[in-house]
Amino acid sequence: MTLSRLFKTAALATALAGTPSLALADDYHIGVTVPSADHGWTAGLLWWAQHAADELSEKHPDVSFTVLSANSGTAQVSNVEDLMIRNLDALVILPHNPATLQAVISEAYDEGIYTVVVDRELETPAQDVFIAGDNPGLGEQAARYIADELGGEGNILVLEGPPIPINSQRVDAFNRVMENYPGINILASQTTDWNPQQALSVTEDLLGSNPEVDAIWAGDDDVLVAALQAIDENNRDDIQLIVGGGGSQRVIEMIREEHPMVKGTVTYPPNMIASAMALAVHGVKGEHLGDMYHGVPSRIILAADLITADNVEEFYEPEAAY
Amino acid sequence: MAQPLNTKSMGGVARQGLRRLPLNATILAPLVALILLFVVSSIASEYFLNTRNISNVMRQVSYTGIIAIGMTFVIIAGGIDLSVGSMVALVGVIILYIINTISDPIQAVLLGMLAAIAAGGLLGLFNGLLVTRGRIAAFVVTLASMSIFRSLALYFTDAAEVSTRNPLFSNVGGGFFLGIPIPVLVFFGLAILAHLLLFYTPYGRHVCAVGANAQVARYSGIRVERIVLSTFVIAGICVGLSAIMLTSRLNSVSPSDAGYFYELDAIAAVVIGGTALSGGRGTVWGTVIGALILGIINNMLNLTGVSPYLQGLVKGGVILLAVLLQYKRA
Repeated sequence: MTLSRLFKTAALATALAGTPSLALADDYHIGVTVPSADHGWTAGLLWWAQHAADELSEKHPDVSFTVLSANSGTAQVSNVEDLMIRNLDALVILPHNPATLQAVISEAYDEGIYTVVVDRELETPAQDVFIAGDNPGLGEQAARYIADELGGEGNILVLEGPPIPINSQRVDAFNRVMENYPGINILASQTTDWNPQQALSVTEDLLGSNPEVDAIWAGDDDVLVAALQAIDENNRDDIQLIVGGGGSQRVIEMIREEHPMVKGTVTYPPNMIASAMALAVHGVKGEHLGDMYHGVPSRIILAADLITADNVEEFYEPEAAY
Repeated sequence: MAQPLNTKSMGGVARQGLRRLPLNATILAPLVALILLFVVSSIASEYFLNTRNISNVMRQVSYTGIIAIGMTFVIIAGGIDLSVGSMVALVGVIILYIINTISDPIQAVLLGMLAAIAAGGLLGLFNGLLVTRGRIAAFVVTLASMSIFRSLALYFTDAAEVSTRNPLFSNVGGGFFLGIPIPVLVFFGLAILAHLLLFYTPYGRHVCAVGANAQVARYSGIRVERIVLSTFVIAGICVGLSAIMLTSRLNSVSPSDAGYFYELDAIAAVVIGGTALSGGRGTVWGTVIGALILGIINNMLNLTGVSPYLQGLVKGGVILLAVLLQYKRA
């Protein structure tokens, strides 16, 4: 009995001791925490966070990173608390849900930790830098591109995201641009929750009830892929154009390989976390960005870039998870 | 020939010695695992023994730990409660609505906390009645109420986070007393009460009897239905306490996120602590140790910066090993 317990105890000890210890005595320690990889975009986020941690710590030997992910807001609160124990100099966080994280981010910021909040804004600002994508810009770029490609004439379907503010910002901006093109007729605008399964059935239904469709705007690239499947399965050849949103590598590859329908998408880049980490590196050292006369700006909105065959190489990163 | 006899008698002596100690093997094994984990963690990370880290871990543990104490009663009586996580969200929403409605800050906090306990108890009663009067298996009842409670929390708030500007509320879960975080004091205070209830009262013996064999318990004159019902109410009240601590620490509640997967953490803590999932036996101290083991694993993984992809694997592996450690091989 004692021997077997000893054996099991040893096994447990080995399992624990085998976990790598990265606690190095660097000059600057930057903690990064993001939501877990539960769908395409967040998987991309975590991939880019780890990629940037490797690249930036190689380029700046005096900086080390700890990257954590959390499957809920409360788990992310623990992440921040645990990071703060380790003499943190900077915190880069994409909050799961801002109100839940508000208290603990404020604690970090008040302790003098250089704080970069990504994508989701806190109600009471508690950060040195806020960096996010351009949601209205995503809708505008997609609308202009579709209108130009169709020559201002045609029937389109819109596949929306879940009923949340980010989605309405995108769709409202899209519709505002389309008001300038009286020849464009929006047949239907339906929610897909950015979920591929739901997008597949919604697109099937919409194709069934609309025999003449010229273009589809999918607010998310995973939704675009699902819509494409519905089009193929229904043998529809009337659709000339599908435009996505987000900028997933799968869709970028389609554009690169000159897909007959998938010709464009607009970025809402998950590598904003990588830029946020780079900002933290310069911000925590008190450096300026490039030739700027000021320190790191306090608010940065990344442009929503239209990706087409002309500029696709710039965005091609075959290794990335999204 | 003399040697095997000798070993046997030595083993007998050792076993007899163990029996005289107040701790038996079921509680000793998780304790050994906890001490081991503690030692390994302090070697793996120089920050682990930091006072602030220890106080953080204890606070992180206390939210699910308080729920796990209630869960211990439910499981010993032969049931299970999968709804506790969703219940945290629903009770949390109720607390913040009450606090935001009442203008006097002290009154608001007191009434909010009372309402949390009452709401937790009532939701527990709802589960318990369906199990005892409705004669539906606890797994099925609480699987359904897990979905119902979460859905109600989302409906009342339109899925938006609710926060409060009450100046006092955050001192409850975020505050300290004698240098110890208040949720930790509540956790240990509750553990002592629950231990006394389970081991030194007829009620506690009845809970064990019902879980071990409900039929025999019924023939012995125990009101089985009432005991089962009461364990769900206890679990609900524990959820109410946990919801108070969590929402006041965060000064907000997210209906889609609060208490997410707490049911699994609570059940894991109970099982690691040596309580049989089949019911009939178990200890509160085992559950406390189980909760601490889970909390220290999470903390150590974060402190040592293990790859986020691998954290689940290490956590699952350590849980399996900790449970293996406590079962003597036949």
